[in-house]
Amino acid sequence: MTLTDTRRGERSSATPDGRPPRVLSFSQRLSRWDLKISPYLYISPFFIMFAVVGLFPIAYTAVISFMDWDLVRNSGEFIGFDQYVWILTQPHFWTALRNTFSIFLLSSIPQLILAIFIAAVLDRNIRAKTFWRMSVLIPFVVAPVAVGLIFNAMFADQSGLINSWLSVVGLGPVPWHVEPFWSHVAIATMVNYRWMGYNALILLAAMQAVNRDFYEAATVDGAGPIRQFFSITLPSLKPTLIFVIITSTIGGLQIFDEPRMFDQFGRGGAGQQWLTITLYLYDIGWGQWNFGRAAAMAWILFIIILGIGLINLLITRNLVRDEGLRSETSKQQRREQAKAAKKNVKEAGR
Amino acid sequence: MSIGTPTPLAVVQESIPNADKRRRGAKAIRIRGARPGFWAYATLAVVFISAVFPLYWSFVIGSGDATTLRQPFAWIPGGNFLDNASSVVGNPAVNFWPALWNSIYSSFLIAASVVITSTLAGWAFAKLKFLGGPALLVFVVATMAVPQQLGVVPLYILFSELGWTGQIGAIIIPALTSAFGVFWMTQYLRQSVPDELIEAARVDGASMIRTFWTVGVTAARPAAAMLFLFTFVGSWNNFFWPFIVLDRQNPTLPVALSLLQSNYFVDYSIVLAGVVLATIPLLLLFIFAGKQLVSGIMQGAVKG
Repeated sequence: MTLTDTRRGERSSATPDGRPPRVLSFSQRLSRWDLKISPYLYISPFFIMFAVVGLFPIAYTAVISFMDWDLVRNSGEFIGFDQYVWILTQPHFWTALRNTFSIFLLSSIPQLILAIFIAAVLDRNIRAKTFWRMSVLIPFVVAPVAVGLIFNAMFADQSGLINSWLSVVGLGPVPWHVEPFWSHVAIATMVNYRWMGYNALILLAAMQAVNRDFYEAATVDGAGPIRQFFSITLPSLKPTLIFVIITSTIGGLQIFDEPRMFDQFGRGGAGQQWLTITLYLYDIGWGQWNFGRAAAMAWILFIIILGIGLINLLITRNLVRDEGLRSETSKQQRREQAKAAKKNVKEAGR
Repeated sequence: MSIGTPTPLAVVQESIPNADKRRRGAKAIRIRGARPGFWAYATLAVVFISAVFPLYWSFVIGSGDATTLRQPFAWIPGGNFLDNASSVVGNPAVNFWPALWNSIYSSFLIAASVVITSTLAGWAFAKLKFLGGPALLVFVVATMAVPQQLGVVPLYILFSELGWTGQIGAIIIPALTSAFGVFWMTQYLRQSVPDELIEAARVDGASMIRTFWTVGVTAARPAAAMLFLFTFVGSWNNFFWPFIVLDRQNPTLPVALSLLQSNYFVDYSIVLAGVVLATIPLLLLFIFAGKQLVSGIMQGAVKG
């Protein structure tokens, strides 16, 4: 109370021309504080939660990764980079790295090509649009664990549906659970099944944003549908394609559910045929109960993801710059020139 | 020409040489305008069948007996689905009903919380000016690239210190907010609410929270519905963290499902009956809300 009084007194004495000072009413002052503080209040739930369950664990993972963690005492002893060295000298780690990349490539490349193809079909003026779009998305709501169980039954080595069909066609049974390559194909199939429709819809959205005049102009220029697809549709999809590639890279390098469900033991196969990095992390952490090593493994995974992300970003930049310098403007100019020339010819012929 | 001047359509048409001819040009119609032919539908039918077939086939196997799997052309469902399903439901090792209930209420709580916190934060980032706002938004987006695995070891230690391992709270608490959600709502609100509307509300003397409530929440509704759906599906299907932190007595549905593939269940007809049973709830959700899910993906892609 007294504090407020003195302040008011000071202010009124400080006003040179004797006018009463501008005193904010209570509600005005409240409104001012409201304006200043509200934004921070609104974003605080996210940041508080992130600090507790995001930032703190990440930092703590770094600390633990330099320790020999004792589960009984639930504390650790500092040992430097030993855990990292241990992991990098494990042959299993390199197998897991190979498997992860192999599954990732086997899933993302065919998936992307097929998704673009499906999106291109959906982009045409089809009947029952909503029905087809929805049908493409059905696998997205099926849990990866359920997808794993279903496809595992289909890919069973002895009695599986796929091998039965192959034998009907006259091909020998494929050792889905024995050969690393075939196990990667089977797991990639599960990933493709679940994500293809989702990516097709994202690409479809980008396709629909392409200006239809381009196609009309191209048709006038005599470009066929295939030429139009490669010269107009695909270049316009670049930013979205890059988005899809980056998100599927981040997701693909963390793959766990599908390889976990690929046999009943969930340890990546007898010879680590389909052991992935996250599966290995789980095994170190909760199979061997070594948290120090699991934390180091998590950081290695993060660094790999970061590295791939940076490579993606560099490629992205080059592609975008490329588009800006060479194709986009000049192509548009060329198109306009072509239009103008045609107009001239037609007017001259009239 | 000023913006308001209406342009008679006829004039525009005449100003384009041979507009009618071009519109009727055979190629233009074949490529974009008219209905596509047989091959487009054939392709979509193949895609549709490959999307539905694994689910249908799992129902065929799940409704048969142990020998059905060995028949390469088992197409027609058998009559044993209820028997197989009840042996999944009745098995004490699976805890089906508790798992179903856990999945329902944890996914619901998570989705509701993500929608509320994301709408609040998205509103602040999109429409309120404050010191550090843009930088904080960049930070939020950057956190999306951090893999889940980077935090699981300390989180597990934290929850075991609290005595929460095995409790469903251990999967709800870390998921209550989402960076994607904040980003999604920010993008949506930035585009859908004109600044003048907020200024008008402020001039009328509305407090910040009242402005948020009347202008922000009203505008955010469609995006909030989609965010709810996505978060619900995502947390329903989440496996890695629940698998680590929950024990077998108190699982979520995917964790319970993963137990089907163990030495107890060598009979695939029972395993796949369980899969079908666990997939039905989300398929029902998809039938009711699939349209919104589709448009949500389409919309997110345009902006993202």
